[in-house]
Amino acid sequence: MDVELRGITKRFGPVTANDDVNLTIRAGEVLGLLGENGAGKSTMMNILSGLYSPDEGQILIDGKPVDFEGPGDGIAAGIGMVHQHFMLVPVFTVAENVILGVEPTGRFDYLDLATARKQVRDINEKYGLQVDPDALIEDLPVGIQQRVEILKVLFRSAEVLILDEPTAVLTPQEVEEFFGIVKSLRDAGKAIVFITHKLHEIIEIADRINVLRGGRITGEGDPKTLTENQLAEMMVGRPVSFDVKKGPFDPKETLLEVKNLVVLRENDEIAVNHASFHVRSGEVVGIAGVQGNGQSALIEAVTGLHHVTAGSISFLGKDITNASARERHRMGMAHIPEDRHKSGMISNFTIYENMVLNTYYDDRFSNGPNIKWPEVLKTAAQYAIDFDVRTPSVYLKAGNLSGGNQQKMVVARELERETKLVIAAQPTRGLDVGSIEYIHSRLMDARDEGDGVIIVSSELDEIMSLSDRILVMFEGRIVAEFDATAGPVDKNAVGLAMAGAHE
Amino acid sequence: MAAVSTTDLASADKLETHKTRQARIYGFVLIGLAALVAIVFALESAGEATFRLSHPRDTWVVPNLVVPAAPFNFLAAAVLALLGVRQFMRGGSKWSMISIAAGCAIAVAAFLVWATAGKSFSLTGMLSATVVAAVPIALGGLAGVLSERVAVVNIAIEGMLLAGAFTGALMGSLLGGWGGLLCAVIVGGMFGFILAALVVTYRMDQIIAGVVINLFVLGVTSYVSSQVFSEYRALNNAPVFRAWKIPFLGDIPVIGSVLFNQNLFVYGAVILVCVATYYLFHTRYGLRARSVGEHPRAADTLGINVYSTRYINVTLAGMVAGFGGAWFTLGSVGRFDENMTGGLGYIGLAAMIFGRWHPVGALMAALIFGFADSLQQKLAIVRTPIPSEFLAMAPYIATIVVVAGFVGRSRPPAADGKPYVKE
Amino acid sequence: MTDTSNRDTLTAKLLQRAAPGRAEFEDLVIVPIFAVIVALIVGALVMLATAVDIQTIGRSYLALLQGSVGSINSLSETLTSAIPLVLAGLGLALGFRAGLFNIGAEGQIIVGGIAAVIVGFSFPGMPWIIHLPLALLAGAVAGGLYASIAGWLRAATGAHEVISTIMLNLISYRLLDYMLGLTWMQREGRSDPVSKSVVPSAELPRLLTDIDPNLRLHAGIFVMIGAVILVYWLLFKTKTGFEFRASGENPDAARYAGMRASLIIVLAMATAGALAGLAGANQVLGVLERATPGFSAGIGFDAISVALLGRSHPIGVLFAGLLFGALEAGGRQMQVDAGVSIDLIGIIQALIIVFIAAPLLVRAIFPWGFRKPAERKE
Repeated sequence: MDVELRGITKRFGPVTANDDVNLTIRAGEVLGLLGENGAGKSTMMNILSGLYSPDEGQILIDGKPVDFEGPGDGIAAGIGMVHQHFMLVPVFTVAENVILGVEPTGRFDYLDLATARKQVRDINEKYGLQVDPDALIEDLPVGIQQRVEILKVLFRSAEVLILDEPTAVLTPQEVEEFFGIVKSLRDAGKAIVFITHKLHEIIEIADRINVLRGGRITGEGDPKTLTENQLAEMMVGRPVSFDVKKGPFDPKETLLEVKNLVVLRENDEIAVNHASFHVRSGEVVGIAGVQGNGQSALIEAVTGLHHVTAGSISFLGKDITNASARERHRMGMAHIPEDRHKSGMISNFTIYENMVLNTYYDDRFSNGPNIKWPEVLKTAAQYAIDFDVRTPSVYLKAGNLSGGNQQKMVVARELERETKLVIAAQPTRGLDVGSIEYIHSRLMDARDEGDGVIIVSSELDEIMSLSDRILVMFEGRIVAEFDATAGPVDKNAVGLAMAGAHE
Repeated sequence: MAAVSTTDLASADKLETHKTRQARIYGFVLIGLAALVAIVFALESAGEATFRLSHPRDTWVVPNLVVPAAPFNFLAAAVLALLGVRQFMRGGSKWSMISIAAGCAIAVAAFLVWATAGKSFSLTGMLSATVVAAVPIALGGLAGVLSERVAVVNIAIEGMLLAGAFTGALMGSLLGGWGGLLCAVIVGGMFGFILAALVVTYRMDQIIAGVVINLFVLGVTSYVSSQVFSEYRALNNAPVFRAWKIPFLGDIPVIGSVLFNQNLFVYGAVILVCVATYYLFHTRYGLRARSVGEHPRAADTLGINVYSTRYINVTLAGMVAGFGGAWFTLGSVGRFDENMTGGLGYIGLAAMIFGRWHPVGALMAALIFGFADSLQQKLAIVRTPIPSEFLAMAPYIATIVVVAGFVGRSRPPAADGKPYVKE
Repeated sequence: MTDTSNRDTLTAKLLQRAAPGRAEFEDLVIVPIFAVIVALIVGALVMLATAVDIQTIGRSYLALLQGSVGSINSLSETLTSAIPLVLAGLGLALGFRAGLFNIGAEGQIIVGGIAAVIVGFSFPGMPWIIHLPLALLAGAVAGGLYASIAGWLRAATGAHEVISTIMLNLISYRLLDYMLGLTWMQREGRSDPVSKSVVPSAELPRLLTDIDPNLRLHAGIFVMIGAVILVYWLLFKTKTGFEFRASGENPDAARYAGMRASLIIVLAMATAGALAGLAGANQVLGVLERATPGFSAGIGFDAISVALLGRSHPIGVLFAGLLFGALEAGGRQMQVDAGVSIDLIGIIQALIIVFIAAPLLVRAIFPWGFRKPAERKE
């Protein structure tokens, strides 16, 4: 089945997300769609799957124009989408998730799960997916969840599969396996759209590449002839250097010492299992691992947001195992939370209020019970200038800023004071390249000025390029440590450790 | 994903897990209950407590249950203490929940024996009243389950019950019992639809929408009842559905009169709970409804219409609550009084939480609340040293305890209370 | 241009506040006006449906107007009704700001009223300068403590405050019944449940008796004005208020910022309860001079509407309270003059809230009153 997009334009208010986009998707081919965050990739694919309707333009399937009015129409036409954020119901089983919307039923609308299981097993065998139809989604690792998403679209006999940033949550080895699945699907005659912002992946898997920037197609090419640098320039619109500038490695005294840390989740599952590590002044420690292996709980425990069940944490030579988040903060611990919308900022508050969200109590900003708002306003404006937060006014609600500017606001709040240790969790998730470069350079500045820096990221490339030392977490334990100062770290070895293949 | 068993880890490390802490709290509660039973109930019990199990007119008459009060209560205290100590010694096992449930039951039994010591008390009558009192709570809880399973928080149950009660009385007076019942269901459904419209289409805060519907219904029904009913009494004089004894089953001693000699509303509640369970967990549309409550965006991407699913289920919830509301008038007194639901809708909501968002669970929880309610009514007759006002607080305190004690352990639908905005 | 002067102009630009837009004006002025008009129209329809003739409807709305602002007596009644509504409404607004949906004002009013009445009749002979503040304080403290129960339950166990406060309301009714039956509480020589009367030294003095001895407006109005100022200062000028608002808007972000969620919840509930308790004290010390069954008269529920209508802003609550007080006072006149039940006011109030809380609905009914909302991205 071939699909053609002709002159697609989609606007959200003043923002044009897609501007006169033309695209052809062919059966038995992997089309790589490259673009940075905010380039309009997801919008385009949501139009193709019927979730959005375009303001202008046409979709043609096998030469015939079609008109999608809802997501059901895209599926019915044979276009299936695997979303970047999985669209799975965690408390349902695999089979229930797969059949949702196209359920086999008996009399009295009885849900025929037996048939469903059999059908799931059949597809499993055909494409070598190996997923247990009766497993609960929430018990499955993300790699398997992704296969369930693929099962879902195959179950609906999709001929076109759109994969949106499918490798974001996988280890390098899982990526290899996943590419195997993609190739077998392509060889079975399916058309695949592979969306990513990772250059090396697209060169490896795609048969043809289209590059999207600012809502327009800015380049087309053959992966065999294009280089990563050429692609990057097409994607960003200017030459990009992948190197992060940082000073010589010169670690000093130990700032943070974590010993035998154990953290339990609400349901008594173990989140962090006897983790021990230290961070020195002037070094960047990267914590790698597949999402959900205890990194978040580790950070929450270190920053005082999660109860520590056993073990100890000391900071600047003082035991802080039971200290409150605020005490740690006052001692010079800065925390850039992993989910800025959920926990890093308050969208309904103004920028100036967000800028003092965790320093309002300080003598600089308060006087007895009162907050000195004029002082806060002045400082917020300075922060905004220093950290390149682009806004017409600090009175603006933070929710109105773009993602990159929101993150710069959070980073400004955390770094614009006396810090000793900077903990950055997913500091660049979902940002555009410009913001990423900016935030990376500020983090490196902090290191060069003698701070310790911890970076947690699910983007292994980010960890590899920033860290002086890399720790790998798997199932709550720190299973490997790599020294990045001596020379480049073997990415494959890190990947194996992430998958738990240690010792 | 946790391959490491926490239990092993905990025993090796002496880690304090949430479970062990919880077990310790349960241990304290149980030992506290034991002390209460021993010091207050056992020491002050004199004579025998007589529980009547059947009516002299019953087909088969069962002899009364006579319990020597003091020995029974000392025994109860001993068992409670044992259970409590066991929690300390071997806490965190799967027996924790069972222990605390059994402990509560024993404490209630001890309380009953203490209150009836030297008197006689109709146990069957109380159980029968329990079932009756549970009906509006169960139906309210079921209405809550149906709407919260599609992630619409339904504070408006109280208003829907009140609307059902009012409509039942008004239309029942005009059209007879069945006509009144039908209208009550329709009006309940209408308010469900309005709630859905407010929260789904007009994206009003769900709790505010519920509170407003409650205020509105209270306003309308009070207004009509003082403006119209006070003048035209015939409009507020509906027939009542009498108890209908199921042949044969109704003759079984104790159980028969409690379960099989009731009116339409009791049977209706049980049937609705069964139908709702089948619908939610064994049908296509139930699966879709639950997916909308758990992950609406996922449902949307699969072509399931989130909005209409919410409309339909919340309307159904309103119909169930309308039926439950009719119980107040058509199922009991035949007459509407201002604010006659008196907060039972909110207790229904608590039953839903206690019942873990499951229809059967909500029914069971409703029976417990119904028990608390009938207990206080019957004890007020027996005359206990406790002032009747305090006995009347029992169901409310039970609600608070239940919500406080169980809400942390049960998991609401993931999208509960969140509006869904299509992209 | 030098670097510093460039920076200064940039700073000045950032510190400029955008003029309030058309959208804000629509939200704050047009929506409430439409809400009131529509509610009155629907109220008229309800009357029509219950066989009230057009003439009577006209007469009742006229009475509503006269009874609320038509004379000095009406104004006094409006203000008297508004005092407890504003006080309790402020408490609820404060709770809403902190993300707590406190339905328990009714119970807090009762408990506060009971405490104030007990202090009010217990110390005859005490000078009023001590006695009155003491009685008011007792009401505030009792209401605050009662509300803290729900706050503590929420903080410690996660029990939702909506259910626990409703249950605490129901419990408070029984508690009031019980207290009014106690011999030391009951009025001498009476068997019906009425408490002893508050001694004059604890009464809130009436203010306008020089003009007409029947005017009921009392010194509680100063308490009300003080409370509006206090809540405004607390919410928008202090650290505690910042914490309240932050945890209300995004509890996770507040926790990450090192704010102590449990403490904030209990503190916010206690403050809210204290204000409601003060409302109860006002009723017993200023209006009723004793406690009777049901003296709370649903003020706690009307206060929910007042807080919502006032957008949880102290000034908004003040105006909303005045409007509801006017409806209350006018409604009584309406019942007397036109024979229309005062319960109609309840319907009108509920409808006002519907339209306030769902601006989309008002926009759908009156599309011409509003600028077209721009389509928003995600």
